[in-house]
Amino acid sequence: MFEVLQNDTLAPNVHRLVIRAPRIAKARKSGQFVIIHPEKGGERIPLTIADADPQAGTITLFVQAVGPSTLKIVGTPVGDSLQDIAGPLGKETEIERWGKVACVGGGVGTAVLYPLAKALADAGNEVTTIIGGRAKPFIILADALAEFSREVLITTEDGSLGKQGFVTNALQELIDDPELCPQAIFAVGPVPMMRAVCELTRPYGIKTIVSLNPIMIDGTGMCGGCRVKIDNETKFACVDGPEFDGHQVDFALLMDRLTMYREQEAKLVGELPPELQKKIIKVKK
Amino acid sequence: MKKNLSHKEIMAIKRVKMPEQDAQDRSRNFKEVNLGLNKEQAIREAQRCLQCKSQPCVDGCPVRVRIPEFIEAVAEGDLPEAARILLADNTLPAVCGRVCPQEDQCEVLCVRGAKSGPVAIGYLERFVADWAMEHPEELTGGKPPQPSGKSVAVVGSGPAGLTMAGELAGMGHSVTIFEALHDTGGVLRYGIPEFRLPKRIVDLEVTRLQNLGVSIECNVIVGKTVTLEELSEEFDAVFIGNGAGLPVMLDLDGENLKGVYSANEYLTRVNLMGAWRNDVPTPIIHGRQVAVIGGGNTAMDAVRTARRLGAERAIILYRRSEAEMPARIEEIKHAKEEGIEFILLAAPLEILGDEQGWVTGLRCQKMELGEPDASGRRRPVPIPGTTFELEVDVVVNAIGTRANPLLTATAPNLKLSPKGNIETDNTGATNLPGVFAGGDIVRGGATVILAMGDGKNAAAAIDAYLKKND
Ligand SMILES: Cc1cc2nc3c(=O)[nH]c(=O)nc-3n(C[C@H](O)[C@H](O)[C@H](O)COP(=O)(O)OP(=O)(O)OC[C@H]3O[C@@H](n4cnc5c(N)ncnc54)[C@H](O)[C@@H]3O)c2cc1C
Ligand SMILES: Cc1cc2nc3c(=O)[nH]c(=O)nc-3n(C[C@H](O)[C@H](O)[C@H](O)COP(=O)(O)OP(=O)(O)OC[C@H]3O[C@@H](n4cnc5c(N)ncnc54)[C@H](O)[C@@H]3O)c2cc1C
Ligand code: SF4
Ligand code: FES
Repeated sequence: MFEVLQNDTLAPNVHRLVIRAPRIAKARKSGQFVIIHPEKGGERIPLTIADADPQAGTITLFVQAVGPSTLKIVGTPVGDSLQDIAGPLGKETEIERWGKVACVGGGVGTAVLYPLAKALADAGNEVTTIIGGRAKPFIILADALAEFSREVLITTEDGSLGKQGFVTNALQELIDDPELCPQAIFAVGPVPMMRAVCELTRPYGIKTIVSLNPIMIDGTGMCGGCRVKIDNETKFACVDGPEFDGHQVDFALLMDRLTMYREQEAKLVGELPPELQKKIIKVKK
Repeated sequence: MKKNLSHKEIMAIKRVKMPEQDAQDRSRNFKEVNLGLNKEQAIREAQRCLQCKSQPCVDGCPVRVRIPEFIEAVAEGDLPEAARILLADNTLPAVCGRVCPQEDQCEVLCVRGAKSGPVAIGYLERFVADWAMEHPEELTGGKPPQPSGKSVAVVGSGPAGLTMAGELAGMGHSVTIFEALHDTGGVLRYGIPEFRLPKRIVDLEVTRLQNLGVSIECNVIVGKTVTLEELSEEFDAVFIGNGAGLPVMLDLDGENLKGVYSANEYLTRVNLMGAWRNDVPTPIIHGRQVAVIGGGNTAMDAVRTARRLGAERAIILYRRSEAEMPARIEEIKHAKEEGIEFILLAAPLEILGDEQGWVTGLRCQKMELGEPDASGRRRPVPIPGTTFELEVDVVVNAIGTRANPLLTATAPNLKLSPKGNIETDNTGATNLPGVFAGGDIVRGGATVILAMGDGKNAAAAIDAYLKKND
């Protein structure tokens, strides 16, 4: 059993959980994830390991409640345990010394970006971080990211924090500045955002790495449910990824496959008690 | 009892029929299809056994169950004795009694086969195993083994790993099983459906092992959570029984459409994650018209599952003829009774979809049988100009699995075959000292009993290895 040691709310329905998982903490590398099976008979939910403390035997996760299973995870009080956590899964991030790097995060993707940005900075890269969200309350981890970023640029759709607009606007300005133009870009967030970033950087030929979030089941390459198309080849994101060269990703296919269970999920959400329904944030499609 | 019967009387007894749920009803529920023999039926069937001196049936059994001996005990109505004999040779008899392809193993060699049908060894095995599960109090006895002070790690809790663990625990070694998924049993849990192998049976078998002192840790992925090297340092020996869980893709256009599943995903959602139940949140697409590609046990399980999830039309699409199908004969028969449609000598060419990315159909090619190929079976050859389309909304690919490289990729010194399976000698030893392997990871997709045979075989080799290194 995996005890929850800390559970804080960072933004509406985004929680930081610190969980006892000594084996995973010891083995984990940047870019890897775990799969949580919150209750018997339930779904298996992939979540990036944001941080790990091998000495204390703990891992840190940032979790956004978007459906019944993630709601169950963020609803686990300190002192209670989660039934099953398996990991670390996926490949480790290939960290290079690129020089100037831009890290672009959208919504809860910012949390997935955090360990990546940190590892990039530790490897001697100059990191500029761009984070975006719908409105001020959805911007998370700005201070934590500032600790190792040259600058943290914030965009919100309603202009309630930072500049009004999308992360791509801020990224375009960065690319246009010959002094600051990055050699590599890491983008994590909703699929449409990652796609927009890749479309923006493609003409410049700037290496752009994204972290994909297909539906997963086992996370070990056994089921093929997480398949994505990279450079026209079918890959299993759980073992071959989750990070890929964004310019080779078939985003239309990924987006499409993510809608596979939309109706069934909407029905499940509809069956939740009203006070819980209100807790689920609408994921933008 | 038996002693009172003349040879003529014995020969006159007809082979028992397994009582089963009505086909119409069962095609819509997940309850077990076969209902099991009652005591009278079992005794009568057991009386058919001629107690051959040469015991041909035993030769067909990979774990060498003393078949005539346990059957004789049944014939005499001595069920505790029958159970003791059976359990001494077979760690998972209630599983084998349900899923073993007896027709190709013990029963095919039974001397009564030709004239009046072989003794129903599988049904009797199931009967005795189920009786033993219900009467544990009558089976006590035998004192626990002397602890050896040696520890063994087992990777995977499928039939190979479970058998291995049971055997070694019985010899007094301390055994820990590491399982990647959140529950035990391997294919027995996530692959074979409830209507063929109730999960209650797997639970009971696993509990029996735990009572023997075997400890099981789920959610540990060897190769990721811990490496083989770490296990080798921590334990005196390691057994790898991680199965062959990597789906072979069809490599067809449309394979990534919504509604296209690998059999592993489809069956895992249903069996491991309860998608067939109403009170469980796991989603699955309930197709109205489902095509399953393949002709093995996996394909039969997937297509019958689709039927039970409500499919009006559930189709098996297989590129050879029924004679070449690798599935158990009983499963093919049951599938037909449940209204499964068989489209034989046909192969898929392309999966068709709509604008929204959902499957709408399957374009297929008619085949005929040509010369035998490497497998000895006649090779399917396309008949030119004979394509046709099927209207479907779910497609399940059940064409097979390969060795999963997750563990082996992190154990670079472990010797593999060109196909990625682990190489062993005939005792199950790999090229690494103290590391043994068995089951599907060594053989490629095989059967439960062969995996168990490997487990049993390797247990003896590990015991010898541990004693040698004392
Ligand atoms: C490798 C990997 C790492 C991930 N890391 C994190 C992480 O660190 N933190 C985190 O909060 N989430 C992360 N996710 C996403 C997370 O797994 C999903 O949000 C979760 O599975 C949804 O489960 P649910 O049952 O609560 O919601 P569901 O009931 O399954 O879904 C509710 C709604 O959300 C939509 N949805 C489902 N999955 C996703 C998704 N992956 N992205 C966007 N929308 C989705 C559905 O279409 C539906 O409309 C990661 C995913 C992957 C594959
Ligand atoms: C749907 C289906 C139906 C079948 N029907 C029949 C039948 O009727 N009769 C029959 O005889 N055979 C049948 N088979 C074949 C039979 O189930 C297999 O041959 C048998 O299960 C192999 O046993 P195993 O112990 O080698 O591996 P598995 O049963 O595959 O078990 C391997 C276990 O190891 C775990 N594992 C994998 N990798 C790791 C890792 N890195 N770390 C830790 N754990 C790991 C897996 O999660 C799994 O639990 C069927 C197979 C399928 C898929
Ligand atoms: S071959 Fe048939 S008849 Fe002979 S001992 Fe075995 S089960 Fe009995
Ligand atoms: S999640 Fe099953 S293969 Fe990736």
